[in-house]
Amino acid sequence: MPTRKHLDRIGAAPERRHAGWPTPVTPSVSAPTLYRLHYLLAPNPVYRRLAAWLERNPTANRLFTAAEERIKGAIFGCRMCGQCALPATGYACPMTCPKQLRNGPCGGVSPTGMCEVNPDVRCVWLVAFERAEAEGRVEDLSLLQRPIDHRQWGRSSWVNYWQGRDEGMWTSADGRRQLPIVHRNDPGKP
Amino acid sequence: MTAGAAGNGQVPVSGRLRRALASGRFVVTAEIGPPRGADPAAIAKKADLLRGWVDAANVTDNQSAHVRLSSFAGSLLAMNAGVEPVMQLTCRDRNRIALQSDLISAATLGIPNILLLTGDHPRFGDHPDAKAVFDIDGVQLVWTARTMRDQGRLLSGRRVDPAPHWLIGTVENPFSPPISFRARRLAKKVAAGAEFAQTQFVFDLDIFERFMSDVRDLGIDRTCGVIAGVGPVRSLRALEYISTKVPGIHVPDAMIRRLRGVPADRVADEGMQICVEIIQRLTEISGVAGAHVMAFGYERGIPEILERAGVGRRPDHAAANEGSGRAG
Repeated sequence: MPTRKHLDRIGAAPERRHAGWPTPVTPSVSAPTLYRLHYLLAPNPVYRRLAAWLERNPTANRLFTAAEERIKGAIFGCRMCGQCALPATGYACPMTCPKQLRNGPCGGVSPTGMCEVNPDVRCVWLVAFERAEAEGRVEDLSLLQRPIDHRQWGRSSWVNYWQGRDEGMWTSADGRRQLPIVHRNDPGKP
Repeated sequence: MTAGAAGNGQVPVSGRLRRALASGRFVVTAEIGPPRGADPAAIAKKADLLRGWVDAANVTDNQSAHVRLSSFAGSLLAMNAGVEPVMQLTCRDRNRIALQSDLISAATLGIPNILLLTGDHPRFGDHPDAKAVFDIDGVQLVWTARTMRDQGRLLSGRRVDPAPHWLIGTVENPFSPPISFRARRLAKKVAAGAEFAQTQFVFDLDIFERFMSDVRDLGIDRTCGVIAGVGPVRSLRALEYISTKVPGIHVPDAMIRRLRGVPADRVADEGMQICVEIIQRLTEISGVAGAHVMAFGYERGIPEILERAGVGRRPDHAAANEGSGRAG
């Protein structure tokens, strides 16, 4: 059973929830552990075949996606946008920001580091910065994140990741080289 | 300072703000908050107070999430009144379709400058029950605008022909945690396409100088005009309000003591004096391109503040007829 503290962390305590918009979540697992665990998820031929099989089998896919939601919900407060930015955000989920900012903190973070919209919780981007900085990964936060594809909500981001659909989701911070922003999945139409 | 250097070789339509930034002289911008009523004269009245004293004036987009005349209509009215507008556009109320549509509209009707930001959350506004859109974020909006202008493409990849040609601006708050990350965050916006950036109110010059030092180290000031936000705090009530009620404004203790230390009838003057001193300090900080004066409804005091700070009328206006074109 999750403890009360745990529920607070994932924003589940009803009196602390602000219905209608996301609430920042400080991950319940340390950044070093998650950077290490990421190697377990890195795409390989087995995962790619698994992903392709899941997409052909709706029931299995539903179960797999539900398991992903359960795990990432408990750790990150995952909202299932289906296009995970965690490896580039110190493993703090930017979709728990009330403004769903993908490119860093807004200008309303309080002097004590609290979210301007939910003043009782810490800004998730401040958490991301502290975690990335402690791991020497602060340059990740300079990567430009492309807009998300809202058709992916509710889908498994692991399947999308293994299928290579996440490529180009973020890009080099060098503005001269990474333009244009044009959506990665839609080749430019004339 | 080479604002506007990024581009596709095509000569952009040159606004006053673009020219002022390119000239390297200290620029001045201010703010025009549109009215809540359908009063066509309201913008002109504010513009009359600013004409000749500013290089451009921001027209805010439903600021603090309170419903007002749109920044698009307000910008057109400001142009008619002889003040170059900076049209603000936020991601709070529009998805990517509406944002790109408004950007094309602005270019088509000749609005030369846009200021792109994420926007305040509706929670703080007069419609806290509204849906917050935030389809894309402020950085992505800057990147979108630049792609529309320089690549002539929409987010979808479809062509925009002819391409728009505004000067693209953004905002940054040097005083909000993580403070050591703020310059890099601005660098990110510059990489996305921002050519000028206005900052949150500068009351704490120590923090601001550290921010500018980071900005110079990253070389941002060479491609992006950093315009520092300033404004007169004219009452203890206003002081209380901005230091507790407005997210992201940092008022240092020394300034609070100074304003509280004068007799009640002298607070307004002291607030003006502090603002003047801050502008004077800003003109001496390397990499600061200008000041953005937000006067809390005291627009009629802006000329006096600028005069006393030694910034004065805009050179283009004062010198236009003499043909000297002196850059201060």
